[in-house]
Amino acid sequence: MPFNLLVLACLAYVIFLFSVAFLVERRAGQGQLGWLRSPLVYTLSLSIYCTAWTFYGAVGYAARSGLEFLTIYLGPTLVFIGWWWLLRKLVRIGRRHRVTSIADLISSRFGKSNSLGVVATLMAVVAATPYIALQLQSVVLSFGVFASATPDGFTPPDAAQTAIWVAAGLALFTVIFGTRNLDAKEQHHGIVTAIAVEAVVKLVALVAVGIFVVWGLAGGIGPMLERIDASPLAGWTLQPGRWTGLLFLSGAAVICLPRMFQVMVVENADEGHLSRASWAFPAYMLAMSLFIVPIAVMGLERLPADANPDMFVLTLPLSEGQGALAMLAFLGGFSSATSMVIVEAIALATMVSNHIVMPAWLRLRPAAAMAGDLRGLVLNARRISIAAVMAMGYGYHSLSGGSAALAAIGLIAFVGVAQFLPAMIGGIFWRGATRSGAMAGLLTGFFTWAYALFLPSFGPDAMLPASLLAEGPAGIGWLRPQALFGVEGMDPLIHALFWSLMLNGTAFFVVSVLTFPGPVERLQGAAFVNVFGDQPGSPRRWSEGEAEPEQLLVMAQRLLGEDAAQALFETAARAQGKTETLLPDPTPEFLSELEQRLSGSVGAATAHAMVSQVVGWATVSVEDLMAVASESAQRMEYSAQLEAQREELARTAGALREANEKLTRLSVQKDAFLSQISHELRTPMTSIRAFSEILTEGDLPPEMVARNGRIIHEETKRLTRLLDDLLDLSVLESGKVSLSLGLANLREMIDRAIQAAEQVKPERGFTFHRDLAAENLFLRTDADRLTQVFINLISNARKYCDAASPEIRINVRIRGGRVVVDVIDNGRGIPKEAQSTIFEKFTRLPNEARAKGAGLGLAICREIVANLGGSIAYLPGQGGAAFRVILPLRLERKAA
Amino acid sequence: MRRPRRPMFLGRIPYRRRRLRDAARLLPVFGAFLFILPALWSPPGQGQRLLSGDVVYFFIAWAILVLVAAAFAPGLSAAEDEEEDD
Amino acid sequence: MGKQVLLIEDEENIAEAIRFILSRDGWQVAHLAEGRGAALKAAELMPDVVILDHMLPGASGLDILAELRARPATAHLPVLMLTAKGQPRDREAAERAGADRFLAKPFANADILAEVRALAAGEAGAA
Repeated sequence: MPFNLLVLACLAYVIFLFSVAFLVERRAGQGQLGWLRSPLVYTLSLSIYCTAWTFYGAVGYAARSGLEFLTIYLGPTLVFIGWWWLLRKLVRIGRRHRVTSIADLISSRFGKSNSLGVVATLMAVVAATPYIALQLQSVVLSFGVFASATPDGFTPPDAAQTAIWVAAGLALFTVIFGTRNLDAKEQHHGIVTAIAVEAVVKLVALVAVGIFVVWGLAGGIGPMLERIDASPLAGWTLQPGRWTGLLFLSGAAVICLPRMFQVMVVENADEGHLSRASWAFPAYMLAMSLFIVPIAVMGLERLPADANPDMFVLTLPLSEGQGALAMLAFLGGFSSATSMVIVEAIALATMVSNHIVMPAWLRLRPAAAMAGDLRGLVLNARRISIAAVMAMGYGYHSLSGGSAALAAIGLIAFVGVAQFLPAMIGGIFWRGATRSGAMAGLLTGFFTWAYALFLPSFGPDAMLPASLLAEGPAGIGWLRPQALFGVEGMDPLIHALFWSLMLNGTAFFVVSVLTFPGPVERLQGAAFVNVFGDQPGSPRRWSEGEAEPEQLLVMAQRLLGEDAAQALFETAARAQGKTETLLPDPTPEFLSELEQRLSGSVGAATAHAMVSQVVGWATVSVEDLMAVASESAQRMEYSAQLEAQREELARTAGALREANEKLTRLSVQKDAFLSQISHELRTPMTSIRAFSEILTEGDLPPEMVARNGRIIHEETKRLTRLLDDLLDLSVLESGKVSLSLGLANLREMIDRAIQAAEQVKPERGFTFHRDLAAENLFLRTDADRLTQVFINLISNARKYCDAASPEIRINVRIRGGRVVVDVIDNGRGIPKEAQSTIFEKFTRLPNEARAKGAGLGLAICREIVANLGGSIAYLPGQGGAAFRVILPLRLERKAA
Repeated sequence: MRRPRRPMFLGRIPYRRRRLRDAARLLPVFGAFLFILPALWSPPGQGQRLLSGDVVYFFIAWAILVLVAAAFAPGLSAAEDEEEDD
Repeated sequence: MGKQVLLIEDEENIAEAIRFILSRDGWQVAHLAEGRGAALKAAELMPDVVILDHMLPGASGLDILAELRARPATAHLPVLMLTAKGQPRDREAAERAGADRFLAKPFANADILAEVRALAAGEAGAA
């Protein structure tokens, strides 16, 4: 098969995946995921457990070690059919605490400790790098197979060059689809679906090769079984120690591997999916393993003795002249490698950015929580991390020369990630586990693994000197890496697994027992261990702070994006019974909720640090904890109904209080109204009267007469305008206004408004930032009335924006069938105490220098927008004065 | 901390669900037994047992576990929202 | 040299009318368009009469009046208060704050002239 065709097939396949991911992202954006969030997709996405190591390596493993390869799938099978024990709890914790990665889980459980997050991240990166290299290796090997096996083949491509192209391509794909959303809980629907598609491809490919081998080559099931018994594999003996150890190891790995944690916990869209996956995923692995032995047996039988058994899946069909089947198998292997690398890179990049880059950034620039575009920073950190992870995988690949058998590297990585097991299991089942314990366990396990398995795996004299391997450091025999404490003759892998987990677990337990956990640790410990228990609200981590809600909003907007942050704040404000404002009170409940949302973006430790920065470093003491505990105990005495009633009451009381305040304000304003009107009428009348008297007295020079006449004229116009506004307002308020509804283009309305507003302070050059494409939509509304609103808002911005280079930003978005128009200037904004009254009649801002107009503009705007079926509100925290108009896309005429 | 009161005896349906959960908890233990069992047998290839027999044994045991888990799953997920008994 | 009036009024047109009426009668008119710094200005000029608008940007007329009365130097300056809110309440508030005379807008040109003349002639307390 020509090389070009092969590359073309790869490219076409990648473009296909790309389109799948892209279309799904688009549907997700429109909120119509439907079956894409089904248990089926979830189960298939779990199949990234089966990497190229399964696809190619399992056959090689079987050819070398008989049925031992089965342990790699039997272990996870046990974990999944036993989901009620562990996975269920893990997924629940992950969802409730918005865990972003396995490092985040450990850091969050042990008091949101960032140092633990850093250690776990580094461990994950070190353990995963060889694994990524392994995937690159498999792609390179499979290219090589096609090069040498076909007569019309091509010169084998340079292995290093292939690897670099594959790594770069994968990095690009991952960056494009893996870093679109910030909140990890918003999930990567596109990627997950692409992974599910790849899962189907690799299963179909492997099964197709298997069917060909059993029925095409061996002649059916019976003859196949005979050949199995006749093959060299029949001499295999099961080594009980290794067998049991590997069962345990693979079971541990399936929950500790960063990529498995990512798809299983982080990307989980619905806890119910887990129950389906509990049997469907084992069934998938069964199907993947079914034909491994036949392929290995036939490969050994038919292919030359020097053929690499790791490539039997490809070489067997090729040598039998089945080019198309080989192509399918090649794509299957390619799928397995790419899906693993993509998810692994996302998982690692999330950890690196959340636990290393962000905390470092916040430490370097403590003010950064409030300023600067954090979203961009986080996303860029992730992009760079993805590239770095790929580069490390590539580096390892070229360093190791890519010669080692695939299975060996995979198992070494498994033992590495298994070091998370004690801290993770201990953390979610044992309240006594402490941060120091977890730290001691992780470090001990990690160093034992590196010393006894990882470093020696490079071969004698590569990383560790041969003398050290043979005699131990400084000749101390019982410290020999592969015979620790004098335990000799053990299988090196099982030896390392046993000692690393043993020392890890012991250190974790002993140090946990000896140390005393801090308050936040105890809170988190209780919340994790009792995740299914009755939790009276979320544990209280904040006392009623002196935080400014507006500052919190500014910070949240930087991380979650404006829409999401505003929606969050608005919901919280409504829940507190506040209907007028976007800003809720900074109650402890709200702060906890906010922190949880933020931790979905940047991890628990960073989110905690950022909220603390705004709220002030409120330290929780053990006494506070006890108070919380007794409070929650008391609360549990209430029946659920009583609790609900109490909340309802509190909400009603909040609403009533607000209504009362508003009524009081209104009655004062009603009183003021007459005197206001009187004032507004009398002022122009004073000028008119004075000048007309002067005119009637006569004997004025003609230019004075003209001037006085002009003043009288101006003031009369002002009077007329005032009366017009008042009448307009009273008609609008009574709701008897007649709207002329029709389809109108929003962009044209805004154009007209900008033009009409130009006569306000024409000497000030305003820069407009608009998104013409977004504005280009047709609304069914009253175009003249709506334009009037925009004129008013833009004129106000022109009047009051005091920035040196004034700017007006107009954002248009569609949200839930309604169009949202924001008009934002870059001036000083409206002081907080005035925000609630600016829409009232005759309200002018305090200290406002010579405001022309009677202060009716915004009141009229509010009435018009209400008549158009929408709402208008002041939008705090935008850096300047900002107004948000929300309108229905299609306004239907009210039934008379 | 005091726990909310629970009835000492349950109705028929909740009782079934509890037992289903017990069974689901036991299933992996049973599976582990099935998978480790061959380690206790005499090694294959010495005349008395054949490799093909081992292959068939593992896949049948595996398939049985999958089927039983599939039978348990719907009942378990329906029970999930209820309070825990552990 | 004619006598001096300090006019504190934010409406340009009204200020112009008053300036015209008074200067025709031989008064010197100093004008301030906002409330900020008005009391200082009064202490600096020591005019014969202060004409003070009720509603001003920056500070209310009543505040300025209170400030004038609080300083010994300006405590006895005759003050004519103008207001566009012709309710009795406003008049009472102005008198409580220490205004000598009170005039509701719109006013006749003759009235304001008469009030200023009377104040300058020392009929302050007579009202």
